[in-house]
Amino acid sequence: MDKVLSFVVAAVLAGTPLLFGTLGEILTEKSGNLNLGVEGMMFMGGVAGLAGSYYYEQAVSNPNPVVSVLIAMVCAILCAAFGALIYSVLTITLRANQNVTGLALTIFGTGFANFLGEAIGNTAPSRYMAVGNVTKDAFNSGIPVLQDLPVVGKLLFSYNFMVYLGILLAIVLAWFLGRSRAGLNLRSVGESPATADAAGINVTLYKYLATCVGGGICGLGGLYIVMNSANGVGGVWVHNCVNGKGWIAVALVIFATWSPARALLGSLVFGALSVMRLYVALGIPAQIYDIFPYIATVIVLVAVSMRRKRENQPPQSLGLAYFREER
Amino acid sequence: MDANTAIRLKDITKTFGPVVANDKISLEVDRGEILALLGENGSGKTTLMNMLSGIYFPDAGQIWVDGREVTIRSPRDAFELGIGMIHQHFKLVDVLTAAENIVLGLDQKGRLDRKKVAREVRAISEKYGFDIDPDQKIYNMSVSQKQTVEIVKVLYRGANILILDEPTAVLTPQETEKLFAVLRNMKADGKSIIIITHKLNEVMAISDKVAVLRKGKYIGTVNTAETNPQALTDMMVGHAVTLDIDRPMAKYHDLRLEVKGLNCRGSDGVKALTDVSFTAMGGEILGIAGVAGSGQKELLEAIAGLQKVESGHIFYYPPHPKSDIAGNHVPVDKAGEELVGKNPTQIQKIGVSLAFVPEDRLGMGLVASMDMVDNMMLKTYKESKGPLVDRKTPRALAEKLIEELEIVTPGVSTPVRKLSGGNVQKVLVGREIASSPTVLMTAYPVRGLDINSSYTIYRLLNEQKMKGVAVLLVGEDLDVLLELCDRIVVLCGGRVTGVVDARTATKDQVGLLMTQSAGKEAEA
Amino acid sequence: MAAQVKAAEHREPLVRIAKRTDISRGKSWAIRAAAIVLALLLGALIMLLLGHNPFLVYADMVRGSLGTQIGRRETVKIAVPLLGAAVAIAPAFMMKFWNIGAEGQILAGGIAATYFALFWADTLPRVPLLIVMFLAAAIAGALWGLIPAFFKAKWGTNETLFTLMLNYIALGIEQYLQNGPWKDTKGTGFPIIAQFASNARLPKVLGVHAGWIIVLIFVVLMFLYLRYTKQGYEIAVVGESEATARYSGMSVPKIVMRTMCISGAIAGIVGFTVVSGADYTLNANTAGGVGFTAITVAWLAGLNPIIMVFIAAFLAILTKGSGTIQTNFSIPASVADVLTGIILFAMLGCEFFIRYRLIFRGKGEHSNG
Repeated sequence: MDKVLSFVVAAVLAGTPLLFGTLGEILTEKSGNLNLGVEGMMFMGGVAGLAGSYYYEQAVSNPNPVVSVLIAMVCAILCAAFGALIYSVLTITLRANQNVTGLALTIFGTGFANFLGEAIGNTAPSRYMAVGNVTKDAFNSGIPVLQDLPVVGKLLFSYNFMVYLGILLAIVLAWFLGRSRAGLNLRSVGESPATADAAGINVTLYKYLATCVGGGICGLGGLYIVMNSANGVGGVWVHNCVNGKGWIAVALVIFATWSPARALLGSLVFGALSVMRLYVALGIPAQIYDIFPYIATVIVLVAVSMRRKRENQPPQSLGLAYFREER
Repeated sequence: MDANTAIRLKDITKTFGPVVANDKISLEVDRGEILALLGENGSGKTTLMNMLSGIYFPDAGQIWVDGREVTIRSPRDAFELGIGMIHQHFKLVDVLTAAENIVLGLDQKGRLDRKKVAREVRAISEKYGFDIDPDQKIYNMSVSQKQTVEIVKVLYRGANILILDEPTAVLTPQETEKLFAVLRNMKADGKSIIIITHKLNEVMAISDKVAVLRKGKYIGTVNTAETNPQALTDMMVGHAVTLDIDRPMAKYHDLRLEVKGLNCRGSDGVKALTDVSFTAMGGEILGIAGVAGSGQKELLEAIAGLQKVESGHIFYYPPHPKSDIAGNHVPVDKAGEELVGKNPTQIQKIGVSLAFVPEDRLGMGLVASMDMVDNMMLKTYKESKGPLVDRKTPRALAEKLIEELEIVTPGVSTPVRKLSGGNVQKVLVGREIASSPTVLMTAYPVRGLDINSSYTIYRLLNEQKMKGVAVLLVGEDLDVLLELCDRIVVLCGGRVTGVVDARTATKDQVGLLMTQSAGKEAEA
Repeated sequence: MAAQVKAAEHREPLVRIAKRTDISRGKSWAIRAAAIVLALLLGALIMLLLGHNPFLVYADMVRGSLGTQIGRRETVKIAVPLLGAAVAIAPAFMMKFWNIGAEGQILAGGIAATYFALFWADTLPRVPLLIVMFLAAAIAGALWGLIPAFFKAKWGTNETLFTLMLNYIALGIEQYLQNGPWKDTKGTGFPIIAQFASNARLPKVLGVHAGWIIVLIFVVLMFLYLRYTKQGYEIAVVGESEATARYSGMSVPKIVMRTMCISGAIAGIVGFTVVSGADYTLNANTAGGVGFTAITVAWLAGLNPIIMVFIAAFLAILTKGSGTIQTNFSIPASVADVLTGIILFAMLGCEFFIRYRLIFRGKGEHSNG
């Protein structure tokens, strides 16, 4: 029983960065932009958030955890959104190919983060960019009192605040896309920009906003990876720390068929798959466990393409640039 | 300009690269008035209206709305000025409902109150006589329902000036009547309506004034009551032309294709053809008439081996041994060669020569980004020996076509997408005819072409017919079909509702066959 | 209300965009050159911020990558897999099949070649062994490319994500082999695969492993294949419009699968040159992101294999040069990725100015342009 509980908790913790990446990419793709730069944006968010807290701690003698967390989050969102902004300028205004631009963003973001992480680390006495326990604890503690309840405490209240933030974000995003006017407009931009344009919707503005806000959300996923200590190290820059999670998020968008609610489920499943080897013994090598999430994605991909349900299809203009006077 | 003028355009000019689409055009429309904007395809009607609706921005000229000079930079500007346009290709989002499409882009913030919207939509529908379900998804709707959504959408936004771009092209005569009734209601309500069309009978039936464009230039405006179709045609084409298409008789008249009980489904899984049977003869032009989307596309593609057939047969018979085209092909089974179940290559291999000029010229018949040479070899590139492509033969063919069909192009290595519509069609038809077919299928071969190019195409089709080719012609303009074809098969909702002799049939007769209800009444 | 505000102003939009009907070759290359210069200036700014003289840093990069014979050889060694993978990707991208799985196909080829290097080196002499490794790598890469192509052809499964997932699956298999069955038993206990025997190593030509010759041959072959063969023509037609391809009697599924086999096979052979020529072993870095960078190489070259040679060389100089400045200026080597990223952004962005021109308010050109 205890083991099952630990497994669930570990799955949630492992799934949360994927959830942020997936939600950010869903928002982006709903505007018709297929941004393959999630990995790069998560890197950018991670390093910027860590750097923000790091410099804040250096600057004050008695760092306040709330301030440190806020600084980290703002830095992460802004930096990742900046990556998305580069992507937006290139693909929306300058009409570059979305696939290639997304890849370029991943190359850039990965390089940028490793470069910055190492460069800042070089200036530190320890040769590492690392934050102190104040910030680290703020990112890793559960809800006081409630988390001490038997069973439910651990199951429901032992997570750090970012887990709850991710769930809240999924709900807000589901409401936004399904129930609000702005969400309706955004969906129409992704489905048929010419229609949206004719209806007086500012297609360019919606695409920019959705892509940049989506990028910012992805950046929170990167911040989570850097700060979370579930895997042993947290609050320190580790070379190549995002390590493909951004790509899984891109895959999860399809797994979730562009629904924020199903993204919750999907990231839990993928989180579980990624920590499964520690909890479920199947008598197979650890490296084979590691490829389960990818195989699961492939299966979903194939299943979705075979079923061809109207509501499950990608936004119709996904991957295409829009130019009003094209002729 | 008096106080009742709703819209005034002065010297509007718009160019696309080297093409002058609109050259100093001026127009006026009053409140409570229906203006027909008349012109051939390519005369610049849609471009002009797109500048009123904010899709394009004029290079020069002025616009007044309700007496004030305005600048329309985007569709939003247009609808804030009370201008709404119903485009020929509907601008609707398929996965959303009617109501969602109607409120799309409106300024209100926050939550979407579906009940309130549905109520308002119903109110508008009752006022003008529409029939609409606010909660129906667009992808479940018929063409005429979609058009209704478009019109309600514009009215919901409080438009006082409505622009309709060829609204009747996709409608049955009955649906057209319903639309006209609605337009008259709106006119009585004080709205100004501009209807783009090239159909003279509709101009006479619905409009108060007619403005005519020709090749991007403004020709003049006349009151409908004071004119007649002949005078309008003169304005439209510059000189009087009766639709005088040749219809020669071919020497040989033999069975070429026999379609028997054909059933198939379209790409969306909906039944496209039901129990279709007819014959096509060598030495005749067989017209295929029907409202857009009645199964024409699936029928041609089934014969060409591109469309999966559920059941039924298509038999092919070789040409008469004495005709010009005999001997070009390996003889096939005298009892008829079955084409169903074969792919295009196999159909070619057994000696059946099918040429096919599809509706989507640049998306299917040609490769838009390739030059003429590469497009010439699209169906024949496999014929040369070895793994390398032979570009000599297609180059010679391209040069020959340019000369014979007077194709206007900078050269054989210019991408075909850069050619004008008429020249693109000549490239495509020229290539297909060059393969010396025994069956030639064309879909809407003169759509978007000027009158001269159209007559060139008619001439080419007649030449093929005289050689003994079976020509299948899917058309939309009944006048042309009735003058060019020998027989006409009428399709409605994927069924054959009649086969008529084009020499004796009347337009009314074919028009009635094109609508299912009429067909059923006739049976009863 | 709003309408009145709008009505009051009478202005054209500040900038309008129009498609260029034609642009001279020289002008378009000038725009591209300007973009690269701009990117390098941005890079210089980063170095300034780090407190270094950008001229010295750039000079050191060039010296490190081209100034010495060892440097030059290293640079070529970096360029070989990059160029090879870009050539591999070209036919797939021409077909608009977004194969971002070169990474996995390289690994698949590397794994297959390694199998023969580890277990057949005792039985086979050098030439047959290398040929067998070459063929095994080609077949493995082709199969790895064929899987997503099959599903794409059959059900239209999204190939971008499928090929992406296969990268990680290939990496997982490699990790498993390295930690399990193929682990070097004589070594220090670290999970690594043993160095290849000498007869499983590609010979050196002019100081660099013969992989560069193989890749250059593929450059020429691919150029001819795409331009002059019937299959190349089919690829171009499918890429432009599947409807047209079907209309002309081509079997789209067959072409998609065949092309991905070719694409995967070349990538697999690249894997072979890496394990047998560069590293003499297989590890998690055998592909090392080359498959991704190669996509941008292929794209920037307009899918023209000859131009890819120059772009791959340029990126290799950057990478090697970054290694040098890491030692000399202690600038992290990741700066190579940052610079690559900036250059890619600049190049991607500048294509716009080649295809379109801007018309500013007041300078309304009405006639042609």
